[in-house]
Amino acid sequence: MSRFSPFNAVALTFGFAFLYLPIMLLVVYSFNENDLVTVWTGFSFKWYGEMFANRGFRDAAWVTIRVALISSTVATVLGMMAAVTLVRAKVFFGRTLFTGMVYTPLVMPEVITGISLLLFFVNFDINRGMETLIIAHITFTMAFATVVISSRLIDFDMSLEEAARDLGCSRFEAFMRVTLPNIAPAVAAAWFLSLALSLDDVVVSQFVNGPGSTTLPIKVLSSVRLGVSPEINALSATLIGLVTSAVIIATIIQKTRAVRES
Amino acid sequence: MMSAVRGLTRRLPILIPFFWLLVFFLTPFFIVLQISFAEFQYGQPPYVPNFRKVEGVGDFFNQLQMMTLYSYEILLSDNLYWKAFLSSLRIAAVATFFALLIGYPLAYAMSRAPRSWQPILLMAVILPFWTSYLIRIYAWKAILQKNGFLNNVLMELSVITEPLTLLSTPFAVYLGIIYTYLPFMVLPVYSSLEKIDPSYNEAARDLGASGLTAFWRVTVPLSLPGVIAGCFLVFIPAMGEWVIPDLLGGSGTLMIGKQLATELFNNNDWPVAAAVAVCMIMVLIVPIVIFQRAQESDQRRRQEEG
Repeated sequence: MSRFSPFNAVALTFGFAFLYLPIMLLVVYSFNENDLVTVWTGFSFKWYGEMFANRGFRDAAWVTIRVALISSTVATVLGMMAAVTLVRAKVFFGRTLFTGMVYTPLVMPEVITGISLLLFFVNFDINRGMETLIIAHITFTMAFATVVISSRLIDFDMSLEEAARDLGCSRFEAFMRVTLPNIAPAVAAAWFLSLALSLDDVVVSQFVNGPGSTTLPIKVLSSVRLGVSPEINALSATLIGLVTSAVIIATIIQKTRAVRES
Repeated sequence: MMSAVRGLTRRLPILIPFFWLLVFFLTPFFIVLQISFAEFQYGQPPYVPNFRKVEGVGDFFNQLQMMTLYSYEILLSDNLYWKAFLSSLRIAAVATFFALLIGYPLAYAMSRAPRSWQPILLMAVILPFWTSYLIRIYAWKAILQKNGFLNNVLMELSVITEPLTLLSTPFAVYLGIIYTYLPFMVLPVYSSLEKIDPSYNEAARDLGASGLTAFWRVTVPLSLPGVIAGCFLVFIPAMGEWVIPDLLGGSGTLMIGKQLATELFNNNDWPVAAAVAVCMIMVLIVPIVIFQRAQESDQRRRQEEG
């Protein structure tokens, strides 16, 4: 079936060059020892040293990680519940409202989510800080977790769970012992996606963060506004390296598991 | 009593996410609506709180009278907001078109690549989506600035003698949006292209269609659901972009999302910012509802098939 024409080769090359060249330039030039980002003068780890010595970055990174771990875990659990509801309960009161609320955050511009949560917190006299950041992140990542999990749940054979129920399992037991292990890869993917979205978020965080809860992206945004700096390049390259290796490792684990199962 | 408790625990998987979204997703929109009618004041919060506590019917009408359309009058009278709205629509539409122009061939080539390559190619499209959004926009700043990579290369090749002004232009904003949202176009288009049975195309060829005709009349119509989903996934968030015009566009690039952030963070005029948000929601509700309907019917179809 695959007649791979020259046109396809060009489309692939051009498309991937467009996606990857900017990131690669950034990574390569993070090893440039010059103060000017775009003029190469020599190889150096200088900016990595500066970056690790920067206390502001370290504190912000710690806040970001804590917020991301908590919010992605809660979002995955809520997303799983929402997915089960959407896939299995055909008719219930408020279904249209529920589906609407689940899918809308996927496309809702982040400034709108941000301003509504900000005004909500201010209106109810809730002090902004880590807690509001976590609530906001759960709310917008949950939609992504739901979509990932429900797409797997649709393909899951319900009769397996029914069999477990017939054999005397409670509803909860049947779900935990039969359904959950089957949808586990999707649950892991949903958690991973929520984690990445939370670690990365800048817009919503900018609206709902408070004093003492500055996340890394917020810190990066404020320094990027001032211009290009080699220290930010080093930070970006580090983050890109971490994310890329995490994604590759996760893919390899999934592959080997799939191979072992078959 | 016991059965009521059991009924409640059985419904917990519905109730918990439902209430979470009701409280933290739906209610905030009503708060935005409410504050868009509030009066501006200097201080903290920068608006006169309304309907915090309602004591009796008389008080309710009293408070209702305190609501003002002032913020909306500002939006209507100052044509800055109109221009920002129209400019956002235009930028989002043009960027969506170019994302499709670049994304469709890429998705098509991916679906035609050897089976064993496809997971790797798919991962290669998803990977930039995992790497920070902010970093990817920042990367373009270093490329487009006056002494940036692009100008250096063009000067080296003697294409230009003077560095071009690329950063802080509408061009940079278009580029930033297309670059950031390209994976959102490629993924749904690829997933609908990949599902097409190749024998349809062969049948068209056997019946005498040329390769191009078969593509136009068989492949393109069958990939339309993916194209539509991709266009919505790019257009709607692009319409509300704030960070891209903020970092790559100059003061000349008007976008409504940026205007909202300016009212909130710089001018500290929360009622006007809320009114801008209300207008944005009213403009975007139509594409959002269409997107949702498509998403739901797609899910139902998959469920019936599986």
